Amino acid sequence: MNLTLFLLFPLFTAVAILFAQNLKQIRSISLAGALLQLALALKLLMAYYQQRAEGNKSQMLFEYIQNWYAPLNLQYHIGVDGISIAMILLTTFIVVAGILVSWHMETLSKEFFFLLILLSLGAYGFFISLDIFTMFFFLEVAVIPKFLLIGIWGSGKKEYSAMKLALMLMGGSALILVGIFGIYFNSHTGTGTHTFDLLLLSKMNIPIEIQKMFFPFAFIGFGIFTAIFPFHTWVPDGHASAPTAASMFLAGISMKLGGYGCLRVATFLMPDAAHAYSWVIILVSTIAIIYGAFATMMQTDLKYINAYSSISHCGFVLLGIGMLTQTSITGAVMQMVSHGLMTALFFAAIGMIYSRTHTRMVAQLGGLLKIMPFISTVFVIAGLSSLGLPGFSGFVAEMTVFIGSWENPDKMYRLATILACASIVVTAVYILRAAGQTIMGPITNKSYDQLSDATWNEKFAAGLLITGILVVGLAPFWLINLIQPGTEFIINKLGVALIK
Amino acid sequence: MLNEYLQVLKSEWLILAIIFILLFIKVGSKEWKNESLLYFINFLLLINLIAGFINNLPGSLFNGMYLSNDLIFLQKNILNLGVYLISLIAYPWLKEHKHLLEFYILMLSTLLGMFFMISSGNLLIFYLGLELSTIPLAALANFDLEKRKSSEAAMKLIISSAFSSAILLFGISLLYGVTGSLFFYEIAPAIHSNTLNTLIFILILAGFSFKISVVPFHLWTADVYEGAPVPVTAYLSVISKSAILFIFMTVLYSVFRNMETQWYFMIFLLSVFTILIGNLFAIRQNNLKRFLAFSSIAQVGFILLGLSGSSKIGMASVIYFLVIYLFSNLAAFGVVGLVSATTGKESIEDFKGFYKTNPFLSWVLAIALFSLAGVPPTAGFFGKFFLIMAGAERGNYVWIIFAALNMIISFYYYLRIVKAIFMDQNNSPIPAIKTPPLPKLAMVICLIGTISVGFLSWVYEYIFSFCNF
Repeated sequence: MNLTLFLLFPLFTAVAILFAQNLKQIRSISLAGALLQLALALKLLMAYYQQRAEGNKSQMLFEYIQNWYAPLNLQYHIGVDGISIAMILLTTFIVVAGILVSWHMETLSKEFFFLLILLSLGAYGFFISLDIFTMFFFLEVAVIPKFLLIGIWGSGKKEYSAMKLALMLMGGSALILVGIFGIYFNSHTGTGTHTFDLLLLSKMNIPIEIQKMFFPFAFIGFGIFTAIFPFHTWVPDGHASAPTAASMFLAGISMKLGGYGCLRVATFLMPDAAHAYSWVIILVSTIAIIYGAFATMMQTDLKYINAYSSISHCGFVLLGIGMLTQTSITGAVMQMVSHGLMTALFFAAIGMIYSRTHTRMVAQLGGLLKIMPFISTVFVIAGLSSLGLPGFSGFVAEMTVFIGSWENPDKMYRLATILACASIVVTAVYILRAAGQTIMGPITNKSYDQLSDATWNEKFAAGLLITGILVVGLAPFWLINLIQPGTEFIINKLGVALIK
Repeated sequence: MLNEYLQVLKSEWLILAIIFILLFIKVGSKEWKNESLLYFINFLLLINLIAGFINNLPGSLFNGMYLSNDLIFLQKNILNLGVYLISLIAYPWLKEHKHLLEFYILMLSTLLGMFFMISSGNLLIFYLGLELSTIPLAALANFDLEKRKSSEAAMKLIISSAFSSAILLFGISLLYGVTGSLFFYEIAPAIHSNTLNTLIFILILAGFSFKISVVPFHLWTADVYEGAPVPVTAYLSVISKSAILFIFMTVLYSVFRNMETQWYFMIFLLSVFTILIGNLFAIRQNNLKRFLAFSSIAQVGFILLGLSGSSKIGMASVIYFLVIYLFSNLAAFGVVGLVSATTGKESIEDFKGFYKTNPFLSWVLAIALFSLAGVPPTAGFFGKFFLIMAGAERGNYVWIIFAALNMIISFYYYLRIVKAIFMDQNNSPIPAIKTPPLPKLAMVICLIGTISVGFLSWVYEYIFSFCNF
């Protein structure tokens, strides 16, 4: 399995888009590229299971190393474990759905699809990288597309949101930069050179003082990408102003980059510091969970509702990482997958509603179930998954995080777990309220009667995401089996740190 | 013997030959059409550029006053490339200009001066080259003869360069007094850190700082950049800055090697102020040329950070960054110059809605700005990353954090222009501009350079292989 294909496919797709003549060609090329990518990801999943079944116990599979900048000891080093495969699968699902949702993008379509593909390229590159330099590179590749997507095709105060998002993410990158330099210059390969190689670094022991110094940089830096409190303010504006597909990409993929980085770079490489600072992470993420939930209750715009609830849901990711038990970290990864799928579905449904009614205000909507039953059902499914109804992915993921968190015997940690659990009630309140007002009740606006239900592309997009949610929700074991070997290595490293 | 003179001095002979050809054309009776003349000159410059890579003979002449090695040839090639690109982007402006030949003669004279300066092994040759490279520049800055701003710029440039040269000369004379020699290799071991030597170093550093517009010696930059014609501004900000940085590197690393602890601290302070002031002022600019002036000040601050690494990696990273800086800055100046030459518009306000009418130019400008901001996938990311990496080697993390945070500020003002181009509404945007073939060629070269140099690690390795430390 050649992982570089995950970069080459989007690259060729993007180049092909540049040569396309009209919207029809552009979108078919994009969709073909995305579907190929999906097939490739499924093949990767199969290949992974096969390797594990054959007894391959190494941490990373399908590794490939190519010297890049030899004088600086920078390498193009790629490889995957279960965690990355889960993330790649999530990305492919959202890319396909995102392209289908923006099927009728008339304005500057070439640029739009090009940037979408470029954004996904950054995500793929990030997830397959095993060298922190390339990881950082791909993380930042995604910044420009986000800025342009929101600023050009967005709605509302789009310029402000685009600028805010770009600057805050750049701030995150700046912190990460400091953090990874700290790691790099304190790594000793034995030959006098330094290294960015993740696997080599994980075998070295960085002194505790150094870890304590640079862990906050790396963790907060990546944390900003995943809306760590108090650096979450880009999320509502950015998501609300972005066009539908970009919102899906942002919430579904881009926020996961941060969680993945927190886990893979900060926690994995600096386990001592992770133990030392775990109470801060938990404090901050609990605040994010509760604050996010209550802030959502006050929102009247559907997109803002979903954006604020994303802050709350991504809090669970950080909570799971901060608890530092195997179950909680597995839960955190599952929460990333689950949140990615369901928030993308939610944004897709909101986009479908908005493109028909031209409003996202809860107060102005009502009785949509009678007019567009399919879209309304999708909306409700997304909502139920978000509030963690058993059977959907949200329940499995959050449950795993809670169980993992409870394993931590410390009283304060348990208090945080209880508080986080309690926030689900609030989630239920805002989700049910929003769904009730928009879907049920009398039709508020007569002109809505003429509106049509979902078109084939929208149905296909929603169907794909719902399939994902149900597969994770009903048969979570395959996902757990996928993730567990990956988290084991992280836990071993953390365990060694604890014994010391 | 003669052969050696021919080969070692090859780059200088070539430039001199072109200058003579242009002089003959000037005094010749036949009237040339501007356009055909421009094609011809660009062809000559292209030959000059290609010839720079062939048959280079390292050596030293005039008892070591003039040195040449592979690294110096590489540096000259970089400058040649920059001059070629500038000549291409100057096309729309020069096509109507009466004094086209004089422009090239003056520009190539400064280039000749820079070549001698880079190759100098002796303070006299160094000073000679420096003056040869600055005095014609003042005439160039005044090349829009009818514009008042242009002559103001020239005046400011000549006064400030004379002033900085005087400071530099004072430092040089003191240096001669202390060490009794003008040769670099004799001065270097004779220098030790004491008060007088620190004073000498400060004087020389101030002289250099003027030329590369390091804060607090930057005050002339914005006015000169704004007043001078765009190609000259490009020349000032790319070529003359690179040339001075090349020789500055030699001076720091070889001549003042023994005073490293002192100069590290000074460079640190200068860099911090340069980055901060450059960034803060760039935010407030509305004229694109002034904006690029302040952004280039901030870039120099980053270069100083890389320079402080004082290792093989530091040296290679600085040269590598300058190559990238050359591509990205010239791409930006190419667009600004074309728009300025055809419509006379230079302010950021005017560029609102630019994308609707000029998609190609917009992308060129946007990618150039992204590269200057250091965002991937452009090469600027790699350039800046390696600069900071070279600086971080010393473990001065305060500096690194400062630089990283300043990248956010710089990101903001670069995005401001991107926002104006792509997002802002404008009822009367700049009309569609037809890009002539020569500037288009320059932009395409710059674009390819800006995008690919980062991925092609051999460029870095190629530079690295020449850096002897």
